[in-house]
Amino acid sequence: MSADTWRGVATEHAEEVSAELAALLRERSRRLLGDLLRPHRRAVTATGALIVVASLAALAGPWLVGVAIDAGLPPLLGSGDAAPLLGIAVAFAFAVAVQAVTTRMFVTMTGRVGQRVVLELRRRLFGHFLALDVAFHEDYTSGRVISRQTSDIEAISDLFEEGLDSLISAFLSLLLVGTGMLLLDWQLGLVVLAGFVPLTWLTAWFRRESARAYRRTREAIALVIVAFVETFGGIRAVQAFRREPRNSAVFSGLGEDYADASRHASRLIAVYGPSISLVGNVITGVVLGYGGLLVIDGDIKVGVLTSFLLYLQRFFDPLQDVSQFYNIFQAAASGLEKVSGVLEQDPAVPEPRTPQRLPRRAASSAGRRVRFESVSFGYRDSLVLPDLDLDIPAGQIVALVGQTGAGKTTIARLIGRFYDPRSGRVTLDGADLRQLPDDVLRAEVTVITQENYVFGGSGETVADNIRLGRPGASAAEVEAAAAMIGAHDFIAALPQGYQTPVGKRGGRLSAGQRQLISFARAFLAAPSVLVLDEATSLLDIPTEQAVQRALGTVLAGRTAVIIAHRLSTVAIADRVLVLDRGRITEDGAPSHLLAGAGEYAALHSSWAASLH
Amino acid sequence: MPPVNLSPASRALARVRPVQRTRLARPVGALWRLRGYLKPYRLQLVVMLAAAIGAVLAEIAVPLLIKYVIDGAIAHGTKALLVPLGLAAVGLGAAVAVLNLTRRWIQANAVAQIEKSIRDDLYAHLQRLDVWFHDSWQSGQLLSRATTDLSSIRRFAGFGLIFLVVNVVTFVAVVALLIRLNWWMGLVTAAVFVPVLPVCVRFEKRYTVLSRRVQDQQGDLATQVEEAATGIRVLKALGRGSIAAARQAAQADQVYQTQVAKAALLGSFWALLDLIPNAVIGIVIVAGAVTVARHALTLGGLVAFITLALELVWPVEALGYIIASGQEAATAAQRIGEIFDARPAITDNLPERAVLRVRGRSEAQTVTPTKGHLEFDHVAFCYPDAAEPVLRDVVLDVAAGTTVVLTGATGSGKTTLLQLVPRLAEVSAGSVRLDGTDIRDLPLATLRAAVGCAFEDAMLFSASVRENVTFGAPDADDHAIEAALTAAQARFAYELPWGLDTRIGEQGMALSGGQRQRIALARAILARPDVLVLDDPLSALDVHTEQRVTTALHEILAGVTALVVAHRPSTVALADTVALLSGGVIAASGSHRDLLASSPQYAALMDPARIPFLPHSKEIA
Repeated sequence: MSADTWRGVATEHAEEVSAELAALLRERSRRLLGDLLRPHRRAVTATGALIVVASLAALAGPWLVGVAIDAGLPPLLGSGDAAPLLGIAVAFAFAVAVQAVTTRMFVTMTGRVGQRVVLELRRRLFGHFLALDVAFHEDYTSGRVISRQTSDIEAISDLFEEGLDSLISAFLSLLLVGTGMLLLDWQLGLVVLAGFVPLTWLTAWFRRESARAYRRTREAIALVIVAFVETFGGIRAVQAFRREPRNSAVFSGLGEDYADASRHASRLIAVYGPSISLVGNVITGVVLGYGGLLVIDGDIKVGVLTSFLLYLQRFFDPLQDVSQFYNIFQAAASGLEKVSGVLEQDPAVPEPRTPQRLPRRAASSAGRRVRFESVSFGYRDSLVLPDLDLDIPAGQIVALVGQTGAGKTTIARLIGRFYDPRSGRVTLDGADLRQLPDDVLRAEVTVITQENYVFGGSGETVADNIRLGRPGASAAEVEAAAAMIGAHDFIAALPQGYQTPVGKRGGRLSAGQRQLISFARAFLAAPSVLVLDEATSLLDIPTEQAVQRALGTVLAGRTAVIIAHRLSTVAIADRVLVLDRGRITEDGAPSHLLAGAGEYAALHSSWAASLH
Repeated sequence: MPPVNLSPASRALARVRPVQRTRLARPVGALWRLRGYLKPYRLQLVVMLAAAIGAVLAEIAVPLLIKYVIDGAIAHGTKALLVPLGLAAVGLGAAVAVLNLTRRWIQANAVAQIEKSIRDDLYAHLQRLDVWFHDSWQSGQLLSRATTDLSSIRRFAGFGLIFLVVNVVTFVAVVALLIRLNWWMGLVTAAVFVPVLPVCVRFEKRYTVLSRRVQDQQGDLATQVEEAATGIRVLKALGRGSIAAARQAAQADQVYQTQVAKAALLGSFWALLDLIPNAVIGIVIVAGAVTVARHALTLGGLVAFITLALELVWPVEALGYIIASGQEAATAAQRIGEIFDARPAITDNLPERAVLRVRGRSEAQTVTPTKGHLEFDHVAFCYPDAAEPVLRDVVLDVAAGTTVVLTGATGSGKTTLLQLVPRLAEVSAGSVRLDGTDIRDLPLATLRAAVGCAFEDAMLFSASVRENVTFGAPDADDHAIEAALTAAQARFAYELPWGLDTRIGEQGMALSGGQRQRIALARAILARPDVLVLDDPLSALDVHTEQRVTTALHEILAGVTALVVAHRPSTVALADTVALLSGGVIAASGSHRDLLASSPQYAALMDPARIPFLPHSKEIA
């Protein structure tokens, strides 16, 4: 196997973008940036004013030195009159003080505004990812979700932190110094401005090349990061299969690609920076010679020449900064492009415009009625449910049975509104799920899957995880929920009982234990409709029995939909539905179906046989 | 001593020097430890340094040319002098550009390679660290060390280190020239720059604290983001997005506060760095004018003095930046050092020679038919932070070629017991023996080659199916792969869009839980181990597939020693012996039938008659 085929093939999201699309992306980024900065208009204006003042004050220094030589020195030399020189010195001191104060304010303020924007962006992005539908997440993958919120945001933060103020003051001083030199002496000024011809060309070249190099660098580092994260996420498999040497080889190969890319990017700067300074130095030489000539001819004074030389010293430096910060700028720009793309993505499962209220629950039942009305649904090209009609009365417990791919999980997800149907509608007590606000829906419907995700990365405890079911629940209620499904014993045996941190992704708990915590969560939530998708497959028999006994209590009066590959889970069902390719092929009470000769009876006998 | 072939990880240890105790907490010491990585680039560093110093010298020669233009050409009106002086200035400028280009060209390669070798070593070292280490570290924290922290070090190694020297040289050279122009003004100028140093040091200390805090807070934020991204379905199912969002906002707010404090600090520092050199120019212009009036300095001398004094501004400003980046790099080095200092708790316990001896013996054993005899001899295990042991006194004998199915209630320690076999976790007391040898006396590579695992979590990686399946057998050919996939009922892999080249895992095609499990099973089978350790390998399969896989497993397990965790009676069918783990000991073992009769506890776990749903069971319940 060659060294680079290990990654395999997948449909990559197109990275190369046309000029047209690039313009669109920039427009989108600008829109987002404008939107984020709008609340800070005043602060932005103030920082703008500050940087202008700071730049003007910085500009005053060299000019005042020239004035001192031309206007302050002669009276001192001639008549010993120090007053003009002292006056200039005071003006100089003033300019310096203004520059210091405004610089300080400018840096602090841009820092604050920039970080406000970053904070707002972080919140918005996080919230938006939560609002986006499950289908989006499955397609987009968690890796991308994470990098949008970490590396991309951090790139934007870097821009505000160390790039933006330098960038702004660089351009501003370029503009002001250029103008100042033309005003001092237009002939010498034109000599300096002539330098802009090669500079413009150089900068255009650098921009083009560096954009390409930068993209290559980002792609290379992204692969390094994925390899790194996955290796240590799956360290058990890595060590158990002695993968360390091959992983190191693969990782080293990825690192080499990244090193190549970043070397190329740095060498672009290595060429650009000195080229800029070469132009600057040549111009300094010319100004020195030509300026000397002008002074000898009496066209300008020595002080003006001095001011010019002092200006030149700082005229081209900002361009060097631009090359330094161009990458930061690029990173932030591409980060912003991607982030704005996510933020403009509309959730396929949106909140209703005109939310509907759910009718009061019938006093007789703790459950609600769930109906599928001519529902069709599919993923991309495949149609999973062609046309489903299903009525589950309030309080009924329904078991879904069928082969993998029959559509059981799809039904569960439609009830939980992870997706919306392509056509038809799913209703809860007559209300279309699409018309219910999310918090109302989530209070009524809870889906438990095999996924049993437990949060522990920020030190969350067992109790914290159970309390996700009902945030305000007391410690006693949490314990009661755990006790009800028989999780209390193992939790109490943990080092700190309910207050034991569960570790990253619940690492210190077994899959079965995590599953019990998911159940405790759902019981605490006490929804009117409970959907169990393969929820007990990881439990052992006594635990499952305990869970089912608990379900018997908890589900009393509630509506429930239970899916299991193993028929054991459907023990408490009032009704069994057998699904085949999205259609209901059998429907009836379990004992009734068992007596027949249908698919369910066959499934059941093969299952019963597997037990012996 | 015979030459020892060091693994990448031990090479890393050789390059990262051990810390002296007194320096343990010092960031600079942490940076100093990494000096080994610069070694291969010594010559290049010298060239870079020479080029940098050459460029600086050429640069500070320009003000001297200005002096000659004003005092020589202009003062005497000799136009002819202007051309050679102008050309000299152009020549010096060109030299500066060429020298800088040379330095940066070399630097581009050196820093990229240095960063890569540190990262490679870090990665290799992390791979050697035990599972417990990885469980107790947040992944965001590890990642930020391999990326953000390494970038800080790279910046410092490429730029800061050289300019720390160059700027000091510049300072000395410029001050020497200033003193030559006018000794007392030169001394005053130098003296005014002195207070810059304590300012820098104070700033450095505060900046270190803040930048480390930002890094930590961003790491914590990354962990939250990661969990929310991977647990998105749970958050959605429960409608608890707002809680997660509130937490994330609180954490992001902390980052914000620290960043703002950092910006305020930077603002003051920059202002001061602007103020000091400008104050110098102010003083020079007044003092210089007086000196010129006294004819102790020429006009050209004054202009040269001012332009030269300005040459001090950049080195001083940059010194601030270098110190800041040096501090950041030092902090980063400290964080990376923390990882290099972590010692794997599970290692080859033997000196090199003994390893060879054992390896020789185990190779000899591969021809004997009696391999894979696994014994648990009064094994106890306790998690490092737990008060109560999970396993107390496990005694279990798995004869070569037999299959033992391990059952027990949720949380009884079955998974923990399995992890002891490939030494992903280490016994606290007692021993596990493979063919009579304590597994701690076997080289890890030998042990892990002998043991194949399939975990509860399939642990697939973002790579092709082929790469995932050949995880433990990189040299397996297509026939072997096909056989393994077939046995694990994972032929579906051939139907994927690009067949076995299809990328799966987080960054590729999404597979169902059952599909993932079957790929993981194929992976374990393909490694052709002496001992197979399977942790509930069929839990996510549907009934039909489970039956097919069970049948296939029957064949695979014949002749292989196997320890299989199962929750289900259907899997128990695979067993020669069933063992019940309860209360940290093997409470009972025997055949399924015997145990059903003799152990009420086992019957409670595994009696099909008690399994819910059988029609009569509902009536019973």
